[in-house]
Amino acid sequence: MNRRVVVTGVGVTAPGGVGAKSFWGLIADGRTATRSLSFFDASSFRSQVAAEVDFDGDLLGLTPQEIRRMDRAAQFAVVTARESVTDSGLEFDAVDPNRIGVTIGSAVGATMGLDQEYRTVSDGGRLELVDHTYAVPHLYNYLTPGAFATEVAWATGAEGPSTVVSTGCTSGLDAIGYAAEIIREGSAEVMIAGATDAPISPITVACFDAIKATTPRNEDPEHASRPFDASRNGFVLGEGAAVFVLEELENARRRGAKIYAEVSGYATRSNAYHMTGLKSDGKEMAEAIRNALDEARLDPADIDYINAHGSGTRQNDRHETAAFKRSLGEHAYRAPVSSIKSMVGHSLGAIGSIEIAASVLAMANDVVPPTANLHTPDPECDLDYVPLTARDWKTDAVLSVGSGFGGFQSAVVLAEPHGRQR
Amino acid sequence: MSKTVVTGLGVAAPTGLGLSEYWDTTLAGRSGIDRISRFDASSYPARLAGEITDFTAEEYLPNRLLPQTDRMTRLALVCADWAFEDSGIVPAEMPDYEAGVITASHAGGFEFGQNELRALWSKGGQYVSAYQSFAWFYAVNSGQISIRNGLRGPSSVVVSDQAGGVDAIAQARRQIRNGTRVVISGAVDASICPWGWVAQMAGGRLSTSEKPSRAYLPFDDDACGHIVGEGGALIVLEDAEHARERGTEVYGEIAGHASTMDPRPGSGREPTLQKAIERALVDAAATPDEIGVVFADAAAVPTLDQIEAEAITKVFGPRGVPVTAPKTMTGRLYSGAGPLDLTAAFLTMRDGVIPPTIGSSRSDRYDIDLVAGEPRTAAPGAALVLSRGQGGFNSAMVVRSGY
Repeated sequence: MNRRVVVTGVGVTAPGGVGAKSFWGLIADGRTATRSLSFFDASSFRSQVAAEVDFDGDLLGLTPQEIRRMDRAAQFAVVTARESVTDSGLEFDAVDPNRIGVTIGSAVGATMGLDQEYRTVSDGGRLELVDHTYAVPHLYNYLTPGAFATEVAWATGAEGPSTVVSTGCTSGLDAIGYAAEIIREGSAEVMIAGATDAPISPITVACFDAIKATTPRNEDPEHASRPFDASRNGFVLGEGAAVFVLEELENARRRGAKIYAEVSGYATRSNAYHMTGLKSDGKEMAEAIRNALDEARLDPADIDYINAHGSGTRQNDRHETAAFKRSLGEHAYRAPVSSIKSMVGHSLGAIGSIEIAASVLAMANDVVPPTANLHTPDPECDLDYVPLTARDWKTDAVLSVGSGFGGFQSAVVLAEPHGRQR
Repeated sequence: MSKTVVTGLGVAAPTGLGLSEYWDTTLAGRSGIDRISRFDASSYPARLAGEITDFTAEEYLPNRLLPQTDRMTRLALVCADWAFEDSGIVPAEMPDYEAGVITASHAGGFEFGQNELRALWSKGGQYVSAYQSFAWFYAVNSGQISIRNGLRGPSSVVVSDQAGGVDAIAQARRQIRNGTRVVISGAVDASICPWGWVAQMAGGRLSTSEKPSRAYLPFDDDACGHIVGEGGALIVLEDAEHARERGTEVYGEIAGHASTMDPRPGSGREPTLQKAIERALVDAAATPDEIGVVFADAAAVPTLDQIEAEAITKVFGPRGVPVTAPKTMTGRLYSGAGPLDLTAAFLTMRDGVIPPTIGSSRSDRYDIDLVAGEPRTAAPGAALVLSRGQGGFNSAMVVRSGY
């Protein structure tokens, strides 16, 4: 297994910026895209803040039929995949379609479509025996999110191994790990891999209200996502997608591709503890980090930047701070750590891939994006979280981590492929 | 590269709870398909299903788990218990991080979601259960199985419609090759509730027949769509060395896998199932001659049956290998289907008898050797399991009896 996997194309659809360029502009400026929830009347909900994407499928090249049959999350995935394919410069027609696969991460699938359709077929919840004559013909595409992989494959002509990875809030990291493995084992040469979610819907807002996971800071929506700050009180629900073109390193070099980074290490572990709770010791996340570093053949000191999960819940911020110390030792205090969720919110399964996009763009620009809204650090969170403003910083290797419901703890290591000995 | 062997099987199907009941019923050719009993389906065009009618979660699971679990999660937890018991592995005694869980899902805990959507729209957001934050989502079975059994190793969840169950097992094999000793894998799906029913009907492939014995007839001239079932299987996969060290009995080996995506309809390109079969054989270093039985996907939609029969015929020759679809007794279990067929494949190799396809009569349209009506004595040393999902997913897996 000597094949090495690199990122050669990047596409991003995020709150505050459709397209990788405007996304990077937002986070490098430390601007926030969180705002009062506008998709529906949220006045009866506890949390009324969201990080919404201003998305116009028509303008972004989707056909009317694509728009009709796809849930918003699938639309994000297709538009974003096309951006990454264009960015890669890869002549897809020159590659055997059987050697191109798709892996799309998503935590909650077509939640928005399901929520709206249920409302209709149940006539506002009145009918227990929902009325099938009111169902839209493409309701099956909402039933199971495999449709996301299908749509991306059909949009790009991929006929190789294609699937959705759905591991809750680590989906966006796990999809990249999964796709990289498909290339390493030789089942595909090119993978279009990333993640999408569009969960800003009454049912999602209601269920996070019920467990008080989202912030009630409704009066100050632009400053509502406050990871690592003593005043943080929950995450801001977001949406979006990031999709990459992954290729085998030698192929990418041969065609003179722009190489953003190597996917040099990945690991996932489970805490086997609680569906939503975390122990404060960060043990399993630390184990995932150690294994990802091992696979990348890097030492903790090689990590220039840590892209944190940083959701802005007390239990998360303490859990991962402990995990960094446990896995990286003293280096945890030296490496800059930041959470872009402070700016683009928490888009559940999508955010892991959006954070990988932030990581590879940090490498490309040698700039570490900041943690916005961090004025008074929680005393138990005592690392360098790059408060408020971005930092010029030589960034050749990045650790990006995620933690999610179901107990999944994942870590991806991205590094410059040049000159490293294996 | 280390080999991946199967040492434990846990089954919940409309034809039986537990391995021996499932297998006895399957060999006897007794169907689990009947009129839907779970809700009043008389107003819907499709009214038959393969339901599990004798499952009482309280018998197997602690009360505290019941309010936070959908039916498919309860079934999956029990299947996982049975699979570990069958393997002789006590997960709690495994070293940390050496055992993981990788499941597939089709629609998540759809019935749980239905009930919470109803609460939301009929009463208001404050009536939505706190458990909705995880009980319906696609990752829930992996999470709950991990917690119940203390599995801290690499875990994951894949979704690729009906192909997902096989894809999950392929991903589990990757983790074993990477050094994880034990992975429990497979899938259980259950979404026979009004909301799930309406969404499934929208897929356009359900049989509207009223007669259980004539409703799901793959490869038959009267094929008219499929019947939805519930259930599936969880399978304990183990590094062959680890199994040998334990001195445990082994059902066989996961020898090869490949998956493909069909091109967009209207693109003029060929379907890709045949490529999946060929690549799975290459991955297993198997010749077509070595395969003694094919467990078909069996869509029971004429165009799809045609594609599958042609793919089989091109690889194995006309009537070159026995083909069967015991899922004619259970209905299609979505991501549970592949793991249940794999289970049947291992039992076929163990007992030297191929379970039958019931209902279907041989048709001149398809040049395949369908094992129709009665089980057939045979001694296959290797089997091929095919699983296709709506949306173009194809997955093929080769298994062997020895290793």
